[in-house]
Amino acid sequence: MVENPEFAEGTTMAELAAAGSITVGTKFDQPLFGLAGPDGTPEGFDVEIAKIIAAELGIAPENINWKETVSQNREPFIQDGQVDIVVATYTINDERKEVIDFAGPYYVAGQSFLVPTGNPKGITSDPSTLGDATVCTVTGSTSEDNIREYTDNIITVDKYSDCIEPIRSGQADALTTDNVILAGLADQNDGEFEVVDGTFTEEPYGIGLAKGDDEFRTFINDTLEAAEADGRWETAWTSTVGDNLALPEPPAVDRY
Amino acid sequence: MTAIFENFDLVLQGFLMTLRLLAVGAIGAAVIGIVIAFLRISPVPAMRNIATVYTELVRNTPLTLVFFLIIVVLPVLDFGVDSTIGAYIALSVYTSPFIAEALRSGINGVPLGQAEAARSLGFNFGQTVSLIIMPQAMRMVVPPLINVIIALAKNTSVASGFLVVEMVAISKTLANRHGDQVIGILFGIALLYLVITIPLGLIASYVERKVAVLR
Repeated sequence: MVENPEFAEGTTMAELAAAGSITVGTKFDQPLFGLAGPDGTPEGFDVEIAKIIAAELGIAPENINWKETVSQNREPFIQDGQVDIVVATYTINDERKEVIDFAGPYYVAGQSFLVPTGNPKGITSDPSTLGDATVCTVTGSTSEDNIREYTDNIITVDKYSDCIEPIRSGQADALTTDNVILAGLADQNDGEFEVVDGTFTEEPYGIGLAKGDDEFRTFINDTLEAAEADGRWETAWTSTVGDNLALPEPPAVDRY
Repeated sequence: MTAIFENFDLVLQGFLMTLRLLAVGAIGAAVIGIVIAFLRISPVPAMRNIATVYTELVRNTPLTLVFFLIIVVLPVLDFGVDSTIGAYIALSVYTSPFIAEALRSGINGVPLGQAEAARSLGFNFGQTVSLIIMPQAMRMVVPPLINVIIALAKNTSVASGFLVVEMVAISKTLANRHGDQVIGILFGIALLYLVITIPLGLIASYVERKVAVLR
């Protein structure tokens, strides 16, 4: 943690540092990225990234106010100032950029496969090598649309965790959706499954902040680059998602 | 709001699911509710007690908990049902005691002399209830029944938390896709609920005027 950092007067950084606290929106239901226990303090990679940013502002982890964000409230929370930043497996896209700004990306998620430990079918993250393997996914999801382009050996179910049984019983060889969700499922099932390395779609996760606050955005981008360079980013990864997803190359920050 | 129009097929799909939940929930609740109301006024004390226990138990259990029991707990006990069917069951069960109580209030509103007159004419319990009491009671319970149905229409939204893709679930999908229009999307979905509930209120006042019992 940086003690008494100096910031130019009137910037968001100076305000937050003076207040000594920051409000961070994150998910409370995404295992390994942001998962809250009964006391409301979330844990995960997103949470660690937020702590790195807070530390750079001279704010201790216990002075971070966590606020649960879901898809319906992320942009409104940022727009009316209820949260200072949102770190919540939040994909950077152009429509969102209309109303808020993104720092980052700090991680690029994407669709991948969950397979039994040891990967008996030798499935890779390239879906064109699937061969006759049967994949399981959720009815009507984007993941289903994506995988249909490569194979017709698909079974679809109501929710991702319903794919676990078919894989156990051999009806399906893999489950496909975003690797972040897969990692959460792998984690819940204690070594029974693994996520194959790599992805075949790209969802850059950014940090949402108020639109037009360029100084704050630059500050977060600088912080992310510094954390990627000095190993704090890697520590955050290995201490949270590391057991279930291979350490990726940190993505280059997009200073748009 | 443009997101609502651009994704009209998706919104319509959610709207129809909400209507289905409402229709199936209302019919299911009416069937269970009528049985419970009959038991509640039956001459056999054991039956009355069963109905009372059912009413108090279900009426005082939060709807979310009813959903949780049916959709999350039953599969663990190997009595799994599809989440949509689970939602139908949960809404029917949860709403049934409210229907039963509304009916009972109507039945209590029928003067005792009516039942006594029916008995003196040799009607048995079933005949007394179905031919004399219920036709009068039904006319008095239109307003409270419509209140229950309107509450049910709004309660269908709880299903969105249990893998049923109805309007609130659709709002989540749309908000995810169109981050710049979240408020508009939520507003549009709220309007669609009014499209369901306001006509229900209008029907209620119309029916009430038509069938009201003048005393």
